[in-house]
Parts: sequence; C-alpha cells; structure tokens
Amino acid sequence: MRSEQGQHLLHARSREHLTPAHLRHSIPSILPARGAGMFARVDGIRLPGYAADAAGLVHAQEPEMSKVRLLVGTKKGAFILTSDSDRKRWNVDGPHFAGWEIYHAKGSPADPDRLYVSQTSGWFGQIVQRSRDGGKTWEQPGTPAGTPTTTPDGMPMGESNKFVYNISGPDGKPLTTHQFYDGTQHPWEFKRVWHLEPALTDPDTVYAGVEDAAIFKTTDGGKTWNELAGLRGHGTGPQWQPGAGGMGLHTIVQDAKDAKRLFIAISAAGVFRTDDGGKTWSPKNRGLTSKYLPDPNVEVGFCVHRIAMHPSRPKTLFMQLHWHVCRSDDAGDTWRKVSGNLPSDFGFPIVVHAQEPETIYVVPILSDSLHYPPEGKLRVYRSRVGGNEWEPLTRGLPQSDCYVNVLRGAMSTDTLDPCGIYLGTTGGQVYGSADGGDNWSAIVRDLPTVLSVEAQALP
Amino acid sequence: MIRVALPFHLCTLAGVDGEVSLDVAGPVTLRSVVDALEVRYPMLRGTIRDHVTHARRPFVRYFACRRDFSHDALDTPLPDEVASGTEPFQIVGAIAGG
Repeated sequence: MRSEQGQHLLHARSREHLTPAHLRHSIPSILPARGAGMFARVDGIRLPGYAADAAGLVHAQEPEMSKVRLLVGTKKGAFILTSDSDRKRWNVDGPHFAGWEIYHAKGSPADPDRLYVSQTSGWFGQIVQRSRDGGKTWEQPGTPAGTPTTTPDGMPMGESNKFVYNISGPDGKPLTTHQFYDGTQHPWEFKRVWHLEPALTDPDTVYAGVEDAAIFKTTDGGKTWNELAGLRGHGTGPQWQPGAGGMGLHTIVQDAKDAKRLFIAISAAGVFRTDDGGKTWSPKNRGLTSKYLPDPNVEVGFCVHRIAMHPSRPKTLFMQLHWHVCRSDDAGDTWRKVSGNLPSDFGFPIVVHAQEPETIYVVPILSDSLHYPPEGKLRVYRSRVGGNEWEPLTRGLPQSDCYVNVLRGAMSTDTLDPCGIYLGTTGGQVYGSADGGDNWSAIVRDLPTVLSVEAQALP
Repeated sequence: MIRVALPFHLCTLAGVDGEVSLDVAGPVTLRSVVDALEVRYPMLRGTIRDHVTHARRPFVRYFACRRDFSHDALDTPLPDEVASGTEPFQIVGAIAGG
C-alpha cells in the first residue's frame, strides 16, 4: 500500500520502534536470503524483523526460529556443526565418511537440506555423496544395485563419481594436453572434485570444479556428469599448468542476476567467465601481475587462489591472488590491486559480508614459502571499503605461537544479521564470529586439517 | 559362491562387514568377479578400477591364495579355491600414505 504522497508505508504489526523518519522517503533496499536474519533497510537504517516485497512495501515478519549449519570438510571426514541464531552453543556431528578426504560440502540455495559432498581418496578415487535431509542420511546417486554396469551397447553407465573428459573440442581437435611442471605437454587426468556449486534455483543442478582443471555439470542430482568442454577447448588449455597443490578448478561463482554467467578460477591458469551458460569461456585476468610471469600481457598462468562476489553486485569481484588482493568492477574485464596496508598480501580465502557488499575479509599468510600467519598471530583482516584500507580482527583468535593456515575453501559467511564469519584451519580449529568479525571464538578445536567450510542459515 | 574380501573403506562404503559373497556366471576371472561385485554394490563403481578402461587403480591390489594377481590379464582364471569359495579373493588397499 502506498500513501497519497506516493511514499511507501510500513506495514507492521508493531511500529513502536519505528520513528517518523522511517516513514518518510522509505525506500527499502537490499535483502538477504529468505528466512533467517531477514531485514529491510529504510533510509539507510537496518530494520531487523521487516522485509520488503517485490513492490517495495515493507512488512513485519513473523518471528522465526533460525539456525546455522556449517558443513566442514576435513582430511579425515566431514563434520556438521549446528547452532541457533545466537551462534554461541554448537552441536558437532561427525565424522561422516570417516577416513576420507572431504574436499568440499555445500548445500543447495534452492533446497538447503539438499547437500552435496566431494569425498576422495588416494586409494579409491572420487565419490560424490548426496543428502536430502540436511545430512542425516546420505546416498550415492547413480545406477541402482543389481543393474548392469554397462549399457546394451557396452558403454559404462552414468555414476555420481564418473567424470570423463570430453576429448573433442568445438573445433574437432582433441583436448588432450596441458603444460606439466617440467614444461612438457601432459594429458588431462581426472584426480578429484575440488568444488561443488549447486545452482541457485534448481537443487538437481550442480557444477563441479575438478583436478585436472575442468568444469562438469549435472542436471539430475549427481547421477551423471558432463563436461562443459568449451572451457578447456577455448584455446589456452595447453598453457595451463599445475600449482603446488595440483591443477585444480577450485572456485565457481554464479551471477545471481544472470543465470548464464559463471566465473571460475584455476590454479594456475586464472579466472575465466562464460556468458552463455558454459558453452564458451574467456580468460579474465587483465591487470593481474605475478613475479612468476615475466610477460606483463600474458593472458593466463595466474595462480588465483579464490574469488568472491556479493550477489547484489555481480560485476564486482574480489580476488585473493597468490600474492596480492585484487578487485574488479567490470565483471572481471580488468583487475586492480587493493592490498593496501595488509601485513602480507599472500593468502588463500576471501569472502564478502552478507549484507555489506564492500566489506571483505582475508587471512594474510606470511609468504608462499611460509604458509602461516605473520608473527604467529592468526588475524582476519577486514576492509569496509572494498580494499586498500584494512583492519586486523584479533579478539578471540590466537595471538601468539600460531602457525596454522586457512585454506582457500575454509572461510564462509552466513546470511544472518549480524553476519556470521567462519574459518577452519589446518590445525583443525573452526572459529566463528557472530558479529561480522569483531569477536571470535573456537567452535571446535581438534578436528583433522580443515579443507572447506560452508555456512548455511536455515529457517 | 565367490567370497570377496574388501578393504576397510570399501566395506564402509558398501555397508558390509569385511567379506561379501557373490554369484559369478561363467569363468571366474579378475574381470568377472569385479563385474559381479560392481553389479551387486554399485557404490563401489570407480573405486577399484576405472569406469571406462577398467584399469586397476594404482593403490589397489588383487590377491588370492597367497599370490599377487594385480598385474595379471583381466581374463586370467582365478584359482579353483577361489572359484569354489574355499579361499577369498582379496581386494587390498596398498600400504601408502598416512
């Protein structure tokens, strides 16, 4: 409903804490995900418990019981940590898939209880697990028991862990080699899934970033996977080479406003973007620099560690490069350095605050040779202005004799208000902050090496 | 019935306790035993051998009757003791890593 003056009216069951100023020029702006932590912003003032509808009207929300779920992948299994919205007391459930490396676990934005897990082993290879009930029970999608392993014409049946590279590119040439450590060409060999990215609107559609670097997609809930081969086939594939951790496609970012646009990052090749749902891809590394790449105009070869985006600003990307923290405001077309006053701009993860698109977080590590925090102090650095100006966040984090690392997938945010920030360390600690990073506490201290952390806010 | 002994992680994946029994039609070979195992326990597909090439994974070994069959041709007949169920066919995770 609108007033006669054309201003928005607040529809509230209780307005006692709203001032007349809120009722003037009330223009609601960004909203986080549905459910937990919902708020409206009116005249720049955040109103928890209210939300704007599509017409721009602000409504009071029924009080909701919300909780947070952390999906933690470690070197020896998966753990599920849950808390209510206070995020003070946590329940630890696990290990799931004990003894296996869990590179990544992530829930579907379209159905938060639909979880996908990458379970790997140097002995037994890749497994993809799926849950329909938030991790209470698990299944491997694929061919049912008792049925043949091959089709009548002898082709292997689809399985959740079957990632077969497309060997024929758009031009008909085989996509067979990339650059190896010694500079020779080397055939692509599937090793593991680094990253699972469920689609924003369909719980059965998931993207998988794998080592050796490629992107796969399932549209049947993980039963079958098909490569989006235009990425490897666009032309620079023979110049890609593995970083110290292997040649993994470790990051997939979806554009919330354009379902056909995806960004991916590969170590060590760089960032690539598709604008047509994955058919064709372009390298997006202009402006990046690396002392390991003498040619300043090189198109690929960058050891990008992580990229992040706020869903309300899909043209702005933040990056933790091998060295340097960078940002792009033109969807990756150009990048600039925003390391500013960081004590070291080497690091792995980077995340964006759920409600403040210019507030970003990194965890500086001393160097590429010394993978631990400067001065033995675990400090998260926050910039509220999108980079260059950084402040250390230390309260509750170990500030002496700390020599752990935080890997690229091991930092995440929830969507509650105030925003929760979480990180897992190579020492097995998971730390959380329920106030945007001002105060931290250990949720659990003695897990195996943490490989990934994903936070979900649940209604 | 053919007895197949599985390593710990494949037991947990398949939800079995150490050893499984399988009916194998025709000659009892490396190929036919693993084929039958994968039909009965599809969650093991891809964990012992490659989906497409059927090449054994590098850190998996095939033992039977105190012999290593890991490098034998896939259609090599397995010993009579395995075919009769007197001895198990053993799938072993090689000692490596931590």
